[in-house]
Amino acid sequence: MNTNTKLPERDEIEAMLPWFAAGTLSRKDAARVEAALKSDADLSQRFELVREELGETIRLNEDLGAPSARALKSLFEKIDAEAPRRSAVSFNLAGRISEFVASLSPRTLAYAGAVAMLAIVLQAGIITSLVSDRGGDANYKTVSVDPGQGAFALVRFAPTATAADITKFLEDNKAVVVDGPKAGMYRIRLAVTGMPKEELARIIKQMQENKNVGFVAPIQ
Amino acid sequence: MQQTSDEVLIQRIAGGDRLAMQVLYARHHVRVYRFVLRLVRNEATAEDLISEVFLDVWRQAGRFEGRSAVTTWLLAIARFKALSALRGRKEAELDDEVAEAVEDTSDDPEVAMQKKDTGEILRKCLTKLSAEHKEIIDLVYYHEKSVEEVAEIVGIPENTVKTRMFYARKKLAEELKAAGIERGWP
Repeated sequence: MNTNTKLPERDEIEAMLPWFAAGTLSRKDAARVEAALKSDADLSQRFELVREELGETIRLNEDLGAPSARALKSLFEKIDAEAPRRSAVSFNLAGRISEFVASLSPRTLAYAGAVAMLAIVLQAGIITSLVSDRGGDANYKTVSVDPGQGAFALVRFAPTATAADITKFLEDNKAVVVDGPKAGMYRIRLAVTGMPKEELARIIKQMQENKNVGFVAPIQ
Repeated sequence: MQQTSDEVLIQRIAGGDRLAMQVLYARHHVRVYRFVLRLVRNEATAEDLISEVFLDVWRQAGRFEGRSAVTTWLLAIARFKALSALRGRKEAELDDEVAEAVEDTSDDPEVAMQKKDTGEILRKCLTKLSAEHKEIIDLVYYHEKSVEEVAEIVGIPENTVKTRMFYARKKLAEELKAAGIERGWP
């Protein structure tokens, strides 16, 4: 409770009595009220009135009963009439992850953090080795075989490329990711229909000059 | 066994989890109903409103930022719905309410006084307060809301919360005095 008020100390303490009785004051303010009650008989008497009001307010509310099952039925009928949630899975996943993390003890969290760090270091090593080892590119030409029609390329983005960089790259080239990542490679579609070889080679060359692309090659 | 927190339930509701919605409803619907009923004074309206309140929770759960307790958020929605319903109430219904209020004064608190039941008179006087005063007394005493939380629900500064509570209690004391109970305060 904010105690920065212009009320004199005695009045301020008295104003806090309802919250003191309900147990919703901060520890500091509760201690102030407690100390004042010990030394002020008049205030103690007024506190008894507050306690009486508190008790009867609770009783009055408890006597109000509860709503019928109609309210719940009506609620779920309205919910059923709503459009299904598109983001249901991702929201649920986020909720479950935060719930899981919240349930871990500090010691478990520390171990989990160490394991996560190790995984990041290993992943960084794998990505670096893939980028530096261009000789392995041939291995990826056969992955993600998609029966879809159009012109396709296999691309690996530079480790420094951000999500925004990748999005911009795809937009600039009117490309969409149709598969991946598999071993860090994505299969992207450059056109929904076939494309002359020369035109495809020109686009690929242009892509190779992009600093966010580690590797790119046309595929069938 | 650890109970799933309200905040986690809201996250699940945001993801379209109907079971989480049922759990949250089961946990809070009675208190929300009582809060609304004290304001609108009509059981059928209060029932309609609580399903509206929880429907808003279903729709807006993704926007809940967790800056306040879920119960504070629920009561703020409930208050808005109740006040909107009161504003939209037809004159005929208001006339019925006035008639009820007139009947109230005729039977109590004098009759109750004869029964020498101070508690009963106090409860009767609590029902006679204005919606503004009832609301703040209920929030503090029954819903156990702090000054900061009441300020958030009602939409007034914290110092106003304290002065409004003071005047609500003063008005209650006046009602009690009129009913023959002198408490020596204020």
